[in-house]
Parts: sequence; C-alpha cells; structure tokens
Amino acid sequence: MDKIVAQYSRPSYQNVYTEQDQQELTESLPPLSLKFALPPVANVSYSNTNKVIHGLEAGCHELGVSGQSSGGPRSPSSQLWRPELPAERPSAFLRAMTDDHSNPSCPIKLAHGTTTLAFRFQGGIIVCTDSRATAGNWIASQTVKKVIPVSRLSRGEDKPTSEPTPGLLGTMAGGAADCQYWLRYLSQQCTLHEIRHKRRITVAAASKILANLTYSYKGYGLSMGTMLAGVTPQEGPALYYIDSDGTRLPGNLFCVGSGQTFAYGVLDANYRYDLTEQEALALGRRAILAAMHRDAYSGGFINLYHVKEEGWVHHGFDDMNPIFWKTKLESGEFSNVTSEL
Amino acid sequence: MTSLMDHQARETVGYSFSESTASGVKQHGFYPYTDNGGSTLGITGSDFAILAGDTRSTSGYNINSRMVPKVFKIGGDDETGEGANIILSVVGFAADGTALKERLDTVVKMYKYQHGKPMTVSACAQRLSTILYQKRFFPYYVHAILAGLDEEGKGALYSYDPVGSYEREQCRAAGAAASLIMPFLDNQVNFKNQYIPGSGEGHALAAKKAEPLPLETVKGLVRDAFTSSVERHIEVGDNLQMVIITKDGIQEVYHPLKKD
Repeated sequence: MDKIVAQYSRPSYQNVYTEQDQQELTESLPPLSLKFALPPVANVSYSNTNKVIHGLEAGCHELGVSGQSSGGPRSPSSQLWRPELPAERPSAFLRAMTDDHSNPSCPIKLAHGTTTLAFRFQGGIIVCTDSRATAGNWIASQTVKKVIPVSRLSRGEDKPTSEPTPGLLGTMAGGAADCQYWLRYLSQQCTLHEIRHKRRITVAAASKILANLTYSYKGYGLSMGTMLAGVTPQEGPALYYIDSDGTRLPGNLFCVGSGQTFAYGVLDANYRYDLTEQEALALGRRAILAAMHRDAYSGGFINLYHVKEEGWVHHGFDDMNPIFWKTKLESGEFSNVTSEL
Repeated sequence: MTSLMDHQARETVGYSFSESTASGVKQHGFYPYTDNGGSTLGITGSDFAILAGDTRSTSGYNINSRMVPKVFKIGGDDETGEGANIILSVVGFAADGTALKERLDTVVKMYKYQHGKPMTVSACAQRLSTILYQKRFFPYYVHAILAGLDEEGKGALYSYDPVGSYEREQCRAAGAAASLIMPFLDNQVNFKNQYIPGSGEGHALAAKKAEPLPLETVKGLVRDAFTSSVERHIEVGDNLQMVIITKDGIQEVYHPLKKD
C-alpha cells in the first residue's frame, strides 16, 4: 500500500500551491451567467429541464428591471398576464422570430452563411475565410472579418505590421453576433489565464472553455461553428473545431460553413503535410476561391492568415474578383467560365 | 368576468391601434414586435461623419407620425444633447430603438462621470454590441448605426445587426429602404464597379480606388439617396433628418421630403 501511495504522490517540493490556492485556480472560471433577457413565457413546468426553467425565471425578472427605463410598471402586472401567454420556450420564440429556414418571413434576419477553412502543415497553420454575411437573400456585408484574434484584448486589433502577433486565432461561421461575442468572452478568459498562470493558455484548454460554454447553452438556439488555431510550446501547432452543439474536435484540416464541401474538394485533393509556406498559402486561398465561386452564400474578399511559432501573420484581405480572373486566365482553371460572351 | 370581457359582445370600431384582446378562452400568439418602417444611412469622411434618417413612423399601411426622429445624440450634458460626441441611429421597432438609445445614453454618461473623460467611439461601439447581445434570446428588433470621430479625428461609423454583431465601415444604409440605398452607396462612396477609363483592355482595366469624400459631396449623396427612396418605398418620406459630427461639434439639419 505504501508503495502505491509513494508511486502516485508527488514529492512535497512540487506542491507550490496551497489547498486554497488550488481551489481558487480550479474555480477560475466565473459561474455561467444566465442573465440574458428572455421573452416572457408561460409558467409551465418542464419536469426534465429544471435548469432552463430557472433561467427563464431569472430572465423574466431581468425583463421587469429593464422595463423601468422605458417607464412601465411591469413587475406586478407581468404576474397577471404571463400565464395567458402561449407556452413557449425561448428557443421556440427565437425560432419564430429569427430563423430563416423554418420561417422565411421572420422579422429579424441574422447574418449567416460562410466558408472558412484551417489546416495544419509543417510550417504551422493556415487559416482562410471569405467575407460575406447574408440575411436571407440580402447580402448584409461583403467586408466581414471572419478571423478573430483571440489573445490579449489590447493586442487583439489588426495592426498593419508584418511582425507576428502572439496569440490564437478563431474563425466565425454561423451567427455573426454569437461568434463575435463568445470569441471575445474567450479572449477575456485567455487573458485572465495568462495573468493567473503567467503563461499563455494552450489551444486545448481554450477550445474546451468554448466547448463547455456552447454545451451549457445547448437548446437555446446559438449558432456557431468555429475553429481555434494556435501554436504553443506544450502542443506545437494545434487546431480544434468547436460548434454550438457542443462538439469539440482536434484535427489537421477543417472546413466550416455553407461552402465547406467545395473547400474540402479542393483542399483534400491538394493537401499534403509537407507543403511549403507559399504552397500552403496558395492552397488556402484557392480552396476559398472555389467555395466563393460555387456557393452563393460565400463571397467578397479572401482573408488569409498564417499561424507560426512566434504568432500569427496576416497575409491580406483581397477582393476575390481579380484573383478569380488571374487564376482562370493564367492557370487555365475554371474553364466552365468563358472570359468572353 | 369572462362575459364582461367577451370579445364577441363588443362592437368593432375601426381603431388604428389594435384592440384589447383579453379573453378567457382564446389563445393568442405572442407577437411583441412591430416594424415602424423608415430608413437610416451613415457615411464617413476624413474628418466628419454623417448619420441621416427619415422621420416617418408607420405601422402596416398607416402613417402614425410624420415627425419621429431616428438619429440621437448619445451622452450629452442635457436633454438637447449638447456636449455629446457620439450619435446613434436606430431603425426597426421604434419602442426597442428608444429603449436602446436610453440605455446607451445612460452608459455613456455614467462612463463620463466615473472616469472624468468622454467615452471613445470605439469603446462605445463595443459596449453597444454587448448591450444588444444581452438580449440575445429576446432581441431588440433594431438595426443600429453608431457614428463619431475616432482618436485620430477621422470619421468612424459602426453598424450592427439586431443581436450585436458589428463592424466598422465607410458607409451603411439600414431599414426599409436599405436594399435601395446600399447599392447606390457602394457605387458612389466605395466606387464599386467603377474603373479608370483607358487604363487597360478587358480584365486589365484598373478599378477606381475608394478615397474619403468631402463633406458637401456626402451631403448631396445623402439627400439624393433619400429623395430617390421616397419615390420607390412607401415607408420612407416626410422629412430628412441629417446629423453631422465634426471636430467643431454636432450639427443637426432637417430637409422636407415628399409627404405622400
């Protein structure tokens, strides 16, 4: 018995943290806030969804508080009319108001549709995206930055320098606001990790923060498919896929979004681990170009990043149109398109 | 109680607002939003930013008012908005818009009192995004545009979707006539699909580079955008409100639009 205890217990000098310190470190993430305003819903009990109900109650209360600013005596009267409202859960309400698949005439159209890709190779990780945001058939923007630096918040801005910037990169697909908000939240957590532990967070840990987050909001209607890329001393180049279902996968190569199949087609055909840096950058750009060409929900500008040991480098935000014609005319690809009528 | 409130027993009067729907038996849909129509537009230059909006307020085919401004000064010292350095336009559901404007105004004022300096536009832009996302599961039904001058004195403009995704841009149209105005802006502000004549043949033709426009040109573009929208969209009209922010402060002007 003593032998086993000795085998598995560490020598005391490695125990630099007291028990209380350890407790604080393990509880470094604040408890999840469910203080989002939620639609007023009927007081029906869902026996198997206690946590959701708890969230609803908090949301209704919040709504009463926010109602004060617009000058209505909400809290007492809400007790009266609430039971008359249809028994809806926030996700059902949200679907009726925002989802454009089941309800094309919904009043609130959110930004959707994308092609993003990232792959590992011998020189690091390539991250490449399009830049289009659509709301139904309307192109809401052609200049979306779908690669979001997840690092120290003060360093998060895109700078015109060619020096590598330390930190991770996240990509956004799905709801634009969901990705922007939660990747910013992740930035905050990564920064706190850096301050608490005096070293940068691993990609595995960062991706797990995000995956736990999306899993805890499962069923609420979040929509995000994101990839986290970074190079750390512990892991080397690391790439993870996280989505709003709570999926978290490590891997060498991912394409996410409505144009993912087109990007996979090009990428799978030409991908090798020992690609040179120039070949890898060209392949990333070419795969996104293919997706922009065949997927109506993708387009705009090609946003290209390279993650290296020292940090990430931005390789341009370039209009797809001249690149398309250059690709076609110089290398004879895209022969389905005629350059003259 | 049920017999007194019986829906069938009451006379139907043609009110423009919806009648009380209290009833013991009938199930009602929960529909908390109304589209109040209208359009807004923002353009920036090298040392100014303009936000503009029409002042018509509609619900369905009814025009409820011809003078409901959509552009607000944020963080001013008094109710006139004197001393503000940020402007916000909201279009969509007017009640949500007002609530949002009040909230942001309070936040910007609290920031000034607590820190003894005005909030920068970039900070305010991030804060507005968070405010919108806090209602992710019961959204503000608004498209917001925020404008001001950045730390370098350049015009800054941020546009939002209802749940808070945002982006800094040169120009943006929102609301009912966005699909009419935005393509015009792409062409006239960012020079999309404009090429330099004689710079080459076919695919070698060089695209015209976008550069910041002078204030008078931009004012002209805004007025053209709105007079044209009035011609082709029923929810746009009555008056054009233009709020211009420069280093000298905020200037607000109104121009009449067609009243039909």
